[in-house]
Amino acid sequence: MNLGHDLLVLLPELILAIGAMAALMIGAMTGDKNSAGLSWAMAGLMVVVGVLVVLAPPATAFHGAFVVDGFSRFANVAILGSAALCTIMAQNFSEAEKQQHFELPVLIALATLGMMLMVTASSFIALYLGLELQSLALYVLAAFNRDSVRSTEAGLKYFVLGALSSGMMLYGISLIYGFTGSTEFAAVAQVVKSSGINIGLIFGLVFLIAGLAFKISAVPFHMWAPDVYEGAPTPITAFFTTAAKVAALALMIRAILIPFPDALHQWRQIIVAVSVLSMWLGAIAAIGQTNIKRLMAYSSIGHMGYALLGLAAGTAEGVQGMLIYLAFYAITNVGAFVCIQAMRRDGQAVETIADLSGLARTRPGFAFALAALMLSLAGLPPLAGIWAKVFVFLPAMRAGLVWPAILGVLASCVGAYYYLKIAKIMYFDDPARPFDAGFGGTGMGIILALSTAWTVLFVIVPWTLVEPAAAAAQALMR
Amino acid sequence: MSFILGHLLSIITFLPLAGAAFILFTRGSEETRARNARWAALITTTVDLALTIVLWAGFDGSTSAFQFVERGDWLGNGIGYHMGVDGISMLFIVLTGGLMPFCILASWESIKSRVAEYMIAFLVLETLMMGVFAALDLFLFYVFFEGGLIPMFLIIGVWGGRNRVYASFKFFLYTLLGSLLMLLAILWMYFTTGTADIETIINTAHFPPAMQGFLWFAFLASFAVKLPMWPVHTWLPDAHVEAPTAGSVILAAILLKMGGYGFLRFSVPMFASASATFAPFMFVMGIMAIIYTSLVALAQQDMKKLIAYSSVAHMGFVTIGVFTLTQQGIDGGIFQMLSHGVVSAALFLCVGVIYDRMHTREIADYGGLVNRMPFYAACLMVFTLANVGLPGTSGFVGEFLPMLGAFHVNTWVAIFAATGVILSATYMLYMYWRVIFGELVKPALQAIKDLSLREAAILTPLVLATIVMGVYPKFVFDITSTSVTHLIQQHNAALAYDRAAATHIAQIPSPGRGGSKLVERVSGRGHDPLRFTAARFDTSPLQGEERNGAAIPTIVVSDRRYAP
Repeated sequence: MNLGHDLLVLLPELILAIGAMAALMIGAMTGDKNSAGLSWAMAGLMVVVGVLVVLAPPATAFHGAFVVDGFSRFANVAILGSAALCTIMAQNFSEAEKQQHFELPVLIALATLGMMLMVTASSFIALYLGLELQSLALYVLAAFNRDSVRSTEAGLKYFVLGALSSGMMLYGISLIYGFTGSTEFAAVAQVVKSSGINIGLIFGLVFLIAGLAFKISAVPFHMWAPDVYEGAPTPITAFFTTAAKVAALALMIRAILIPFPDALHQWRQIIVAVSVLSMWLGAIAAIGQTNIKRLMAYSSIGHMGYALLGLAAGTAEGVQGMLIYLAFYAITNVGAFVCIQAMRRDGQAVETIADLSGLARTRPGFAFALAALMLSLAGLPPLAGIWAKVFVFLPAMRAGLVWPAILGVLASCVGAYYYLKIAKIMYFDDPARPFDAGFGGTGMGIILALSTAWTVLFVIVPWTLVEPAAAAAQALMR
Repeated sequence: MSFILGHLLSIITFLPLAGAAFILFTRGSEETRARNARWAALITTTVDLALTIVLWAGFDGSTSAFQFVERGDWLGNGIGYHMGVDGISMLFIVLTGGLMPFCILASWESIKSRVAEYMIAFLVLETLMMGVFAALDLFLFYVFFEGGLIPMFLIIGVWGGRNRVYASFKFFLYTLLGSLLMLLAILWMYFTTGTADIETIINTAHFPPAMQGFLWFAFLASFAVKLPMWPVHTWLPDAHVEAPTAGSVILAAILLKMGGYGFLRFSVPMFASASATFAPFMFVMGIMAIIYTSLVALAQQDMKKLIAYSSVAHMGFVTIGVFTLTQQGIDGGIFQMLSHGVVSAALFLCVGVIYDRMHTREIADYGGLVNRMPFYAACLMVFTLANVGLPGTSGFVGEFLPMLGAFHVNTWVAIFAATGVILSATYMLYMYWRVIFGELVKPALQAIKDLSLREAAILTPLVLATIVMGVYPKFVFDITSTSVTHLIQQHNAALAYDRAAATHIAQIPSPGRGGSKLVERVSGRGHDPLRFTAARFDTSPLQGEERNGAAIPTIVVSDRRYAP
């Protein structure tokens, strides 16, 4: 276990880090005029890193601080894939807004680097490093549209609350360290197994979960999400709901299941409560929204609730369900945000649901794609969403969590209303003035088509997701 | 050819989807697209009808086994693509295939905007409806069952009447809530038995009686909304009134039948104890539906609403018939569903005929139509009388047999159900009298024309079907009765198994705890049945029990704590 080996294990991360810093230098030297090229280069780099991640064999590095295994591979591919797509979206967005800054792709790449570290982290210190790298980049990204008051407000709000949650988490970690004498997941698990749970450890666990729940915007730590999602530039919101959610939930899986398998009964209550509350808040609060990005924020809160149900099961099957849920959610949301970003009229972005009025007449393809994605989020067969739900409900019920599952399906029935409302506005109402032609830039139509096609056809090709997720879950719960 | 026969069910199911894809890719002006879409839809549905007739001809009514079975891999782990028909589902497929061309023809002129999309929605819907009746895997069934919501939502919402948005949402959310509860039950059944194969579950799985009640109610939540049963029927009148004519036809003729079909496929064979226990409850619900909605129908001013309420009442007979759990009752229930499928479809088409001319469905806006539309009046007369249940029409058989079945079980149920026949005569004849007879005094009606050739071509076959089914119902029972007999055997065997299992557990010597107490716990009192989560593949003494003539290994789902 020498340094060379350790660095080799983290080669994908290193390449991304070096690439991001090189891009930063190029940008600093040559100014904003190269930002388009840098964006595409960064997106390409992420794809290359993704290939490396797939090829990398399982290994541990830095005395077990980082673990590369099937689980981190699955999560990293999802993260890198959605980050690459968000980079392309961001490039097209700034082109349309005529505000090109080279920092944008660099910050996305740095945040992605943080996320990759988060999902490979196997000790609380490494976890915290990754999380902070990600968070700091995201704070800046949220406020990236400097001239907009809402964007600045979003960044500030996210920063203050994010810092608070990081503090809480750090406090929890310090308690866990204090009561177990280690920050490494495996060592903590050993201590918990041999000497049992005590009150200090439970306090630490609660603070840890509170901090993590903030990152995934689960109730009751969700208040920041609607404001930040609404205020941040659209592609950044897409980044928040896809890559950032995947990373935070994957981190949560590892940071809870690996150190605390013997404290299942302690944390399960918390996770179940957070999960059910998130489902219901997401379902009810979204009903009254008129801004589609705000609506997506509440939808995101609700979906985190469903995903957490898989964690509450605490089994490999539950992890598999969660991973399927995350991948489904990321793919669907990338498509949905391409649609939201393409909502432009006379060069101006429009964001209210009413702007979609009668879209099925003016842009049938656009309307079909958005309707399919929304109904998939609502959980209607044969679209992908219901299968994601099935794969988290099943382990939850098997683990005896029947009531949370019942509450979950009831909430999804309430939530179906607002997804349907979008379909209704597009299909039943009279057409408003049409949107600008195209899907807002190079490659956007293709991204949307792929996302929609996967959503619709998943029922025929379920193995694309089910088997990799099962392998990833097995690798984690070995 | 052998490929076609080997995959006939899948071809019938997915052919409409191919037609929809074809329409999707047609190009040209609005007008050419509309024309192409109409013809493409008509040809697709007609070919599909021809294939269902081939299926019918190839069906062997003397066996209760599933036929035209197809299996394939799908989600893995016991969830597969499994299709097949038996005597219970066979004729629903024919009904679906038979009505679709009429729906397309009925929409030929009345749908003017977004014709291509309309036809696509209908063809997709046909695929999903066929799938419901052909699916033999729980998850596959669920996909088809619930997938049908989306096209129907669009059909009501896009091409519907003035209050269409309200109606489409009500339809959608009511049905969704029911089916989601069913989904949970499906999940529970799947992970306790380890398979989602309907045939395997019916033949080998035994759910603990206490749990059966929960599963039964979860399925009921879905089927009761679909059927619809009183008091969750309120979405139906709204949906019918707002839907375009063909939408109402499909809704009344086929979507409602999924509820009754679900009882027969799931509730009765899989949850035998629960079905037997709750049969009286279902009788009460059926009687409520018959009497209450008949009275409501009597007060309606809108023709479509009247027929919608009459549908609820007629489905009450289905509920009663199925849960008599007798040969006559179940045969009659199936027959009533088929008969109602034809008759209610025809009634909605008849309303559509005059609605296309006058753009009103108010009974008060009509009167004396017989003077200008004699042929129409004659057709409507046949369907009115069939709906009333006059001997010689299909409606008579469909109402008589469930009552006969009910008579065996409980005289009072039969007596209350019989009032439904009288009430239906009242509201149907009252409507017929107000619309057709009397002087033609309304100035707007002076120029109304009798049936066009297209309309006559739609209604004549339905008139024939109504009368043939009434005069010679045997051709239906040839298909259904063997399967129904088998269903009842299965039900009784499962019932006997549950009873035996209860006594069996009671006989286990249990230190410090009385046997009778255990029986009490197993039967659900003083015990939280949701804790029944452990599946056991039991090798108890009951395993070798002879069922249906052959020893089948039994999967016993039981609570670990009480197992021997």
